[in-house]
Amino acid sequence: MADTSKYDLKNIDIAWCPGCGNFQILSTIKKVLAEMDIDPSEAAWSTGIGQAAKIPQYFKTNYFNGLHGRSLPVATAIKAANPNLEVFAESGDGCTYGEGGNHFIHTIRRNPDITNLVHDNRIYGLTKGQASPTTDKGMITTMQFNGVSFEPFNPIGIGVASNASFVARAYSADQKETKEIIKAGIEHDGYALIDLLHPCVSFNKKNTYKWYKEHTYYLDEEYDPYDQEAAFQKSQEREQISLGIIFKNDDKAPFEDTLSAHNKGEKYTPLYERDQKFDVVKDIIEQKRVK
Amino acid sequence: MSEISIVIGGSAGQGIKTIKYILTRVFKFSGINVFSTKEYESRVRGGINSTEILVSSNTVNTHVDKIDLLLVLKEGVIDHLKNRIGDNTLVLGEKKNISDSEKSQLNNFYNIPIKKLAQDVGKKIYSNSIVVGVICGLFNLDDEIVKNIIQKKFSSKGEQVINKNIEATQAGQEEGLKLKNKNKIEYEIPPDESVTNDILLNGTEAVALGAMNGGCNFVSFYPMSPATGVATFFSKNSDELEIVVEQMEDEIGAVNMAIGGWYAGARAMVTTSGGGLALMNEGLSLAGVTESPMVFHIGQRPGPGTGLPTRMGQEDLLFSLFGGHGEFPRIILAPGDLKEGYELGRKAFELADKYQVPVFILTDQYYLDSDYNISELPFSDKQPNDHIVKSEKDYQRYKLTEDGISPRAIPGNGEGTVEVDSDEHGQNGHVTENFDTRTKMVDKRLKKAEKIKEEYIQPEIYGDDNYKTLLIGWGSTKNAILAALSELDTNKLGYLHLKQLAPLDEYITDRITEAQRTITIENNATAQLAKILAMETEKNIDDNILKYNGLPFSKEELIEEITKIKEV
Repeated sequence: MADTSKYDLKNIDIAWCPGCGNFQILSTIKKVLAEMDIDPSEAAWSTGIGQAAKIPQYFKTNYFNGLHGRSLPVATAIKAANPNLEVFAESGDGCTYGEGGNHFIHTIRRNPDITNLVHDNRIYGLTKGQASPTTDKGMITTMQFNGVSFEPFNPIGIGVASNASFVARAYSADQKETKEIIKAGIEHDGYALIDLLHPCVSFNKKNTYKWYKEHTYYLDEEYDPYDQEAAFQKSQEREQISLGIIFKNDDKAPFEDTLSAHNKGEKYTPLYERDQKFDVVKDIIEQKRVK
Repeated sequence: MSEISIVIGGSAGQGIKTIKYILTRVFKFSGINVFSTKEYESRVRGGINSTEILVSSNTVNTHVDKIDLLLVLKEGVIDHLKNRIGDNTLVLGEKKNISDSEKSQLNNFYNIPIKKLAQDVGKKIYSNSIVVGVICGLFNLDDEIVKNIIQKKFSSKGEQVINKNIEATQAGQEEGLKLKNKNKIEYEIPPDESVTNDILLNGTEAVALGAMNGGCNFVSFYPMSPATGVATFFSKNSDELEIVVEQMEDEIGAVNMAIGGWYAGARAMVTTSGGGLALMNEGLSLAGVTESPMVFHIGQRPGPGTGLPTRMGQEDLLFSLFGGHGEFPRIILAPGDLKEGYELGRKAFELADKYQVPVFILTDQYYLDSDYNISELPFSDKQPNDHIVKSEKDYQRYKLTEDGISPRAIPGNGEGTVEVDSDEHGQNGHVTENFDTRTKMVDKRLKKAEKIKEEYIQPEIYGDDNYKTLLIGWGSTKNAILAALSELDTNKLGYLHLKQLAPLDEYITDRITEAQRTITIENNATAQLAKILAMETEKNIDDNILKYNGLPFSKEELIEEITKIKEV
C-alpha cells in the first residue's frame, strides 16, 4: 500500500462529528494521491463552505477555501491559469447543487479538466440539519417540520442530460471502490463529477450506513457508460441506486484547450511563467493611428 | 479657434455608428481634431439616439450642448434635441422627418433627399454613405481620404459594396458642396498635419489597453452595459495576446473566477457596472480576506436597480468604497481622460499585485463611449514585477510582517503549498478562531492602507494657484470642467481633479483646508465625493454642482453653473 504520510498534517483539530462519512473520504483521497504519486505541491483544491469544504484543511495540499457555492469557478480558473496542476473542486450537496447550482450547470458545459467531489449526505450539516437540494421528499428535518415538499435535485440526471463528460457516483464507506472511481475521474480529460454519497450521523436519520448498504449496488462490467440512454435510466433510479461510472463522453474538449492562452499560446504553460505580449499591445495602439 | 459641432440623430439600427466610425476617421486623417460621443436608449432597434461629432482646430475632448450642424435621419429627432437647437443650427434631412410645426421653428432647414440619392446609386442602404458624403462636402474634405476610409471599413464585404459606397459618398459630397456654395456655409477648419498621426480611441479602449499593458492576461465577465466593451476588446485581441477571456454564467462566477485566476498566478480583472458589482460584493470581500490582488473595472451607469442602462452616472463611488462585508483596505482609481484611463488601467494591476488588495477602476458610460484623438499613450515595455515568490517547504501565505504584506506564492511554483482561506486564518492559512490571531490578522490587513498611501497618485490642480474657491471633481467630468474653465475668469478659482479616491492622502486635506470655499462637481444626486472628503478630511464641502438625469455635464452648462456659484 502506498505511503500516505506526506499528506498528513500535525496538530489539526478536525471539526467533523465522530463517525462522519467525511473521515472515510479524507482517508480515500490521501490514498488516491499517494497511489497516483501526486505531490502536495502539484495538487490544488478549491472548496466552498460547509463541513465537506473543510477537507483540504486536514491534509497537505495547495488549497483555496473560498465562498459558499463558488468552488467551481475558482477551480476552473486555477486549471486555466496553470493546467499543470491537478485541480479538484470539493464541497457538499448544498454548496454545489444549491448555492452554486448555476455554476454546476455551466461547469458541465465548460468542461474544465477538474475533478469535482461532491459530498452528498442529503442534508445540511454545518448549519444543523436543514433540508438540502438532495434531501428526500417527505423527510422531516430540523427546519422542514412537515417534511420536505419537493422532489430531490438529481445531479446525475442533470449531468447525463447535459452531456457531461464524466458522471459517477460513489459511496464513502466503500473506500476501495471509491478510490478507483476518483482515480478514473482524475485520469479523465475534462470535468469529472463524482457524487459521493455518505451518511450524516448527526442530522440525517434516514440515509444511514445501513440504508446505503441496502440501497446501493455497483454497475457491472457489461454496463456501457458511453450509452447515454442507459445512463439516463440509471440516473432515474429511486430504490436501488447504482454506483460507479454512470456516463462518459470523450467528445468534448477540455475548457483549457478552447482558450487562446493555450490553443494559440504555449499550450499548458502556466500564465505566470510567460512574458506579457507587450509587442502586441504596442501594435494595437499603433493601429489606432488609423494610417 | 474654429470648432463645429455636428450631431446626427436617428434611431437604433439605422447605422449611425458606421457614419460616426467613418467620419471621425476622415476628419482625423484630414488633420482635424475630433471628439465624438453618443447618447442612446437601451434597445437594439428604434427609439431616438444621437451622436455628436465635434471637430476643431484645437484639441477637443468633451462634448458641447450647441449644435452647429444637425443631420436628421428620423422623425422625432428635432423634438428629442430641441433644447440644443439654436438660431444658428443648420438642419439637414428629408423633409418628411420634420413636422410642419417643427419646420416653422427652424431658421436654417434644407431638405436633402437622402433616400432618393441612395436609390439613384442602387439601394436605400447606401443612405449612410450619402450622409457621410454630405458632411464631407460641407467641410470640403479630400476625396481620396474619404475613399480610403470607406475601402477599409467595407474591405471584408467585397468590391461591389466598396464601390457602391464610394459612389454614394461622392453623390453626397456633390450635394454637400452645392449646399455649401449656394448658402455660403463656412466650415473650413485649418488642418494640423500632426493630427493625422494621432491615436483615435475611446475610453473603453484606453482602459483595456492600459490593463493589457499592466499585464492583464485573464478577463472573466458577464455582459453589462456600459462595461462590456472592455471585455469585447480583450476578446477580440485574445488570440494575439494569448490570454484567457471567459464569459461566465453570472457576475458571481466572474468574480470568483478572477480571484481563482490570481491565486494560480494569472493577472485577472472583471468588468461590470453597478448591478454586477452588487452581485460581486461577496467576491470583493473574499479578495479582501484572502488578500488576493484583484482588479474591478466598474463602468458606472445610473441606478438604482436597472436604472438607465445606457446612460451616464457617477453613483457607485460610495458603493465601491463601502461594498463588501467586513473591513479591509481597497484602492479606488478614476480616470478623467484617455491618458489617465490607460495609466490607471496599468497602475491598477501594479497596485493590486503589490499590496494584495482589490483595486477599482471607476469609469462611466460617457467616458467609455467617447472617442477623441491624442498624440501618445504612456506605453511601457517593462514587464510587470509580478511580486510572486517561490514557496519554500514551510511556506506560510499569511506570514506577519511589519507592513502587513506577506510574500505571495502561488501553487505549483516551489516546494511549499499555498493555503488560502476565506475564514479567518492563521499565518499558515488554516481556519482559526483564536481571538489574538484574529486581531492580528485584521490589523495586518488594515495597515496595508497606510503603505498604499505612500505612493498616492497625486491629483491635478488647474486654474489659479492662489485659489480661494476650489472646485473638486473626479472621473469623466474632468474635460468638461477644464473646457468650462478655459472660458471663465479663473482669478482665485482652482480646480482639483482626483485620480485616486481611496485611500485618500493628507495632501487632499491640505488642499481643502487652504481653500476658503469648496465645491464638488458630480454626476450624482447625493454628492458622494463631498461625503468622502468630509469623512476623511473632517472639513465639510461648502457646495455641490450635481447632475443626475443620465447625461454628462456639457461645457456650457458648467460655465453657467460655475459662474452662478462663484457669484454667491
